[in-house]
Amino acid sequence: MTDVIVVGAGPAGSAAALLAARDGLDVVLLERGPFPGSKNAYGGVVYGRVLDEVLPNWWDEVPVQRWVTRRSTMVLTEGRALTVDFRSTDWGKAPYNGCTTFRADFDSWLAGKAVEAGAQLVTSTVATGLVVEGDRVVGVRTDRSDGDLRAPLVIAADGVKSFLAKEAVLLPRTQAKHLTLGVKEVLSLPREVIDERFGVRGNEGVDVEILGCTRGIPGGGFVYTNRDSISVGVVVSVEHLAAAKVRAEDLVADLKAHPAVAPWVEGADLKEYTAHLIPEGGYDHLPPLSTPGMLVTGDAAGLCLAAGIWLEGVNFAIGSGLEAGRHARRIIETRDEKPYRAALEETFVLQDHKRLRGAPGVVLSERVQQQYPGLIADLVQGLFTVTNPTAKPGVVKLLRAAAKNNGVKLRHLMTDGLRGGKVFR
Amino acid sequence: MTGYDGISFDDRMETVEFRVAERAHIVVDSDVCRSCTTKACVTACPANLFAPTSDGGILFNYEQCFECGTCYQVCNAEGALTWTYPDGGHGVVFRHG
Repeated sequence: MTDVIVVGAGPAGSAAALLAARDGLDVVLLERGPFPGSKNAYGGVVYGRVLDEVLPNWWDEVPVQRWVTRRSTMVLTEGRALTVDFRSTDWGKAPYNGCTTFRADFDSWLAGKAVEAGAQLVTSTVATGLVVEGDRVVGVRTDRSDGDLRAPLVIAADGVKSFLAKEAVLLPRTQAKHLTLGVKEVLSLPREVIDERFGVRGNEGVDVEILGCTRGIPGGGFVYTNRDSISVGVVVSVEHLAAAKVRAEDLVADLKAHPAVAPWVEGADLKEYTAHLIPEGGYDHLPPLSTPGMLVTGDAAGLCLAAGIWLEGVNFAIGSGLEAGRHARRIIETRDEKPYRAALEETFVLQDHKRLRGAPGVVLSERVQQQYPGLIADLVQGLFTVTNPTAKPGVVKLLRAAAKNNGVKLRHLMTDGLRGGKVFR
Repeated sequence: MTGYDGISFDDRMETVEFRVAERAHIVVDSDVCRSCTTKACVTACPANLFAPTSDGGILFNYEQCFECGTCYQVCNAEGALTWTYPDGGHGVVFRHG
């Protein structure tokens, strides 16, 4: 008898299956792709500390591309770039901070851990719908000839589109407003060329998050290093991308052509192009996280943190999956799903989301997206342009001019400063 | 057609593995599309699978689909686009996602 059906062998599903199986439950882990991770793409960094407690020394075996020891935030305007760059040798040794990886490798590795714990992984199988009795989910339909699978608990880890959560009316059918589209190019370069261009050695890697490279469409860009390739992409609001009638790959082409990025990617060959949606609505737009007989985890539950300087998803998927798996037995026994949400409230998963609930609104606001990059670039260019024989202008004068030049009123700066301070407190 | 970064769209899509299923996982009702004023799917689809036809409808293919779901999220005509997952084991296979 199956106790738990986990749908989706991404980080959320595998984490859930891992702990449920360790707890002695009979777990089936369904994956629609030919192998875990085959349908997944992400924006660059896995922050693995969430695994410390369940997979000690995970860093010795995780299929890492590079450990991120340099983290940059870049603001671009045409022909100009301001970069804040931080580097720490601490991040290059255990327990590390974040790593770059390919999801085909990472997701397969984590699913393997669930299998080692006793979960049964079934690939190439789509959960096509729910089996419902009364108001309770009692299983899933599959596209296998043997059809339905029944269990007292279903864990939906079926990703951002989550047709299971939609069928249970936890998610609306469409929600373009709270989704972003990420597109990414993986570009081959020899390892030593990457080391040289990015100023890293050995297993060290770089993650660059970029504002101002999306033609004013709310979103941003990224560049990060793999062992012998670099990943370059943009993440943009689906709603605004559609309205602007801009093609996503053209935004990536823009980014690659920018003078701050072009030297990094010069001579690189395209190895793979990927696209994936990301749920970025934040805490205020999370769906209900359960319905009788079913828990919702990871992207299916909207648990991606898109908070400007923090862009995290895999760790939230794992964090939510672990709590679903940890409480599965109790939920099956009591037929009460509430402990799942309560557990998430006790961990970073909902605490970070709650604290940063205002962040998506600020980060994707029109001024941050369209006006502040220019303002910042004007201000910094003014500061560092030596105007001899004219004396240096004062900072306040430069700020006023930069604001005016970019259509920003000083009271906007005040209110946005206060709002930002409140949101990121 | 060459994109302005020098990579043609076909070359771009050649880098991606697709295990094409017999069953189309996207179905478009072109009659509904004819009344659509935005045709947002045409530019928003990152795989460029939707093309407007001269009679105001939409021509599409499903074979080289990233399965991202952008098309049905931006589709504003109820019933124009039906989207399901491709049959198990089929569809896009990312190696470096």
